[in-house]
Amino acid sequence: MSNKDAYWNKTKNHMIVTLVLWAFFSLVIFMFGSELNTMSFLGYPLAYYMTAQGSLLAFVIILFWTANKQEKIDEEHGFSEREDD
Amino acid sequence: MFKGEFIKNLPKIYGTYTGGFIVFIILMAIAEQAGVSAKNIGVMFVAFTVLIYALIGYLSRTIQVDAYYVAGRQVPTVFNGMATAADWMSGASFVALAGGVYFGGYTYMAFLVGWTGGYVLVATLMAPYLRKFGCYTVPDFIGTRYGGNLVRACAVFVLFIASFTYVTAQINATGTIASRALGIPFEAGVWVGLISILICSMLGGMRAVTWTQVAQYIVLIIAYLIPVFWISSNVGGGIFPHLMLGDEVARLGELEQQFGLVKNSAADMKAAGVPGGLKYISGTHSGVPEGGMAVWKYLSLAICMMVGTASLPHILMRYFTTPSVRAARKSVAWSLFFIFLLYSSAPMLATLSKLALMDPNLPTGIIGKSISEVQSIEWVQRWSEVKQVFIADFNGDGVLQLNEWFMRGDVVVLATPEVAGLPFVISGLVFAGGMAAAMSTADGLVLAISNALSHDIYYKIIDPKADTAKRLLVARVLLVIIGAAGAYIASFRLTSILGSVAWAFDFAMSGLFFPLVLGVWWKRATRAGAIAGIVSGIASGTLYLLWVFPKFSVPIFGGVNTPFLGIDHLRFGLIGAPICLVVMVVVSLMTKEPSPAVQKMVDDTRIPTGKAILGKQH
Repeated sequence: MSNKDAYWNKTKNHMIVTLVLWAFFSLVIFMFGSELNTMSFLGYPLAYYMTAQGSLLAFVIILFWTANKQEKIDEEHGFSEREDD
Repeated sequence: MFKGEFIKNLPKIYGTYTGGFIVFIILMAIAEQAGVSAKNIGVMFVAFTVLIYALIGYLSRTIQVDAYYVAGRQVPTVFNGMATAADWMSGASFVALAGGVYFGGYTYMAFLVGWTGGYVLVATLMAPYLRKFGCYTVPDFIGTRYGGNLVRACAVFVLFIASFTYVTAQINATGTIASRALGIPFEAGVWVGLISILICSMLGGMRAVTWTQVAQYIVLIIAYLIPVFWISSNVGGGIFPHLMLGDEVARLGELEQQFGLVKNSAADMKAAGVPGGLKYISGTHSGVPEGGMAVWKYLSLAICMMVGTASLPHILMRYFTTPSVRAARKSVAWSLFFIFLLYSSAPMLATLSKLALMDPNLPTGIIGKSISEVQSIEWVQRWSEVKQVFIADFNGDGVLQLNEWFMRGDVVVLATPEVAGLPFVISGLVFAGGMAAAMSTADGLVLAISNALSHDIYYKIIDPKADTAKRLLVARVLLVIIGAAGAYIASFRLTSILGSVAWAFDFAMSGLFFPLVLGVWWKRATRAGAIAGIVSGIASGTLYLLWVFPKFSVPIFGGVNTPFLGIDHLRFGLIGAPICLVVMVVVSLMTKEPSPAVQKMVDDTRIPTGKAILGKQH
């Protein structure tokens, strides 16, 4: 397998992991809204908290994490851009 | 002129700008104390900020093609994040989001998740690859990847429908705010708004829009957050509402029990003469509605908004302006961070505003008080005059019940500072913020449309030999025409029949999402597949919208149709996008696989290093 193919496989897997996390915070947890709302976080009902703030925050964290991870994959395979590109 | 220098100096420039704006707010506060009228303060806020944007627009003028289309691809990560956030958060987000949460509660907040979660799709599936490709516009990618003028024209068509649906609403919002702040008629406000928008974008294209959007983000975020924190501490919610409103949310639940959530009949509301567009609270704030259908409604709305976000050209094109692929990825993360600051505050503002009106223990509470007493409150009188609030005593007991208080959603943002007893300078600031939000989005949209028409239709299809001067002239003329057309339609207030902002997401999702994603992620996707996919996606989505939306279905199909699986007019992308996907895959597999040259192009797109597919100037 060429370096390019190996790179693309890793990138694809990384994409899938990211989208699984995304689906968890955007869709899966809201399938159980009424159940989650019986629990509380910071004094808020949990499902309310997640839709008002929690999931949004999770997306921000996922995005920074995924960008950093992808940069590492770039470096490993020698596809890292120079700073002044 | 000051290119290299300018980019290095950005933090200093915008730091000074922010400081200057805060000094201006303080000066206005002093002016208010000194007896300057509320109206003049509003005028000064809007005039001062708009002049600054116009100045930035003028200083960013350019005669370079790549500066005009992609800001010279030198916008640093964090600044591009701010510009995208301003591009994204429209006048509607600014003035209507908190109102939506106020009336819709948990169910409405599917929009919050949808309008933020979409950025994960942008970052993983689209932005870095489109940046590597080196395109000027979104149809530029589709036209080059699939090859041919027809597919390019199809992409421009979808872009046009989606963005134009959106832009009239934005120009409408600019007009509303300009007219209220400057005290001029709505129609005049629309044209004032349009001229401000054009000054910011015409001379410098994407470069000018980028630097004004950064300036507009700074104004709008200050204008949104200061009132939220201040109101929170005024009504006893604590200084950091995001972490401290748990008790208030619980209290709202109690008050809902106490007052009772009653649904008014349409006949009652008609008889009482409730003005159109005004709403009342009939659902719970934090409660999750029971049942599978409620869950599906939440999820389906979130899906449409997320997938739509990842297909909207005016957002995707912001990531063409970063210096590198890596910067494009990081920039998406920064964009969402800056968006998060406002979006996470909207539910807090809604909670505070609701509590201020509902809690009889607070001096601001009005529900449960006698109607004559409420009607004598100054802000109630002022907003009643302009038909933004309304009282109907259905049960005739002379006491204001929860279902007897009607209000327009915008009032939550525009009037809560007043209700909570903040000085008028804050209301002036909110006007400036709303104006910034509406202008920045309108700028981005008008530019997205006119760039696609000038680059993809004029230069690529009609006259590929045109020189730079002619291309930029055409681009600017189209910009003015698109803006004027938007303003003309907005000035008739036709937006109520043009429909909801959500439609823009559904149109974009129906026609563009899969052609963009598969263009990068599936080498086997062919030109015929893409054309068939775009056409069938947008056609099926549009037909379904006509069928399901009563205003269209009554004249066309002679009756009101029950939505299929709960997919109503806000969610018609759920019909268009899957059809687009299936048709695109089937037709691609039936046609010959793309040539080795195209496959190599896709391979090169997937790797961050190396030359862009399209040259620096093309």
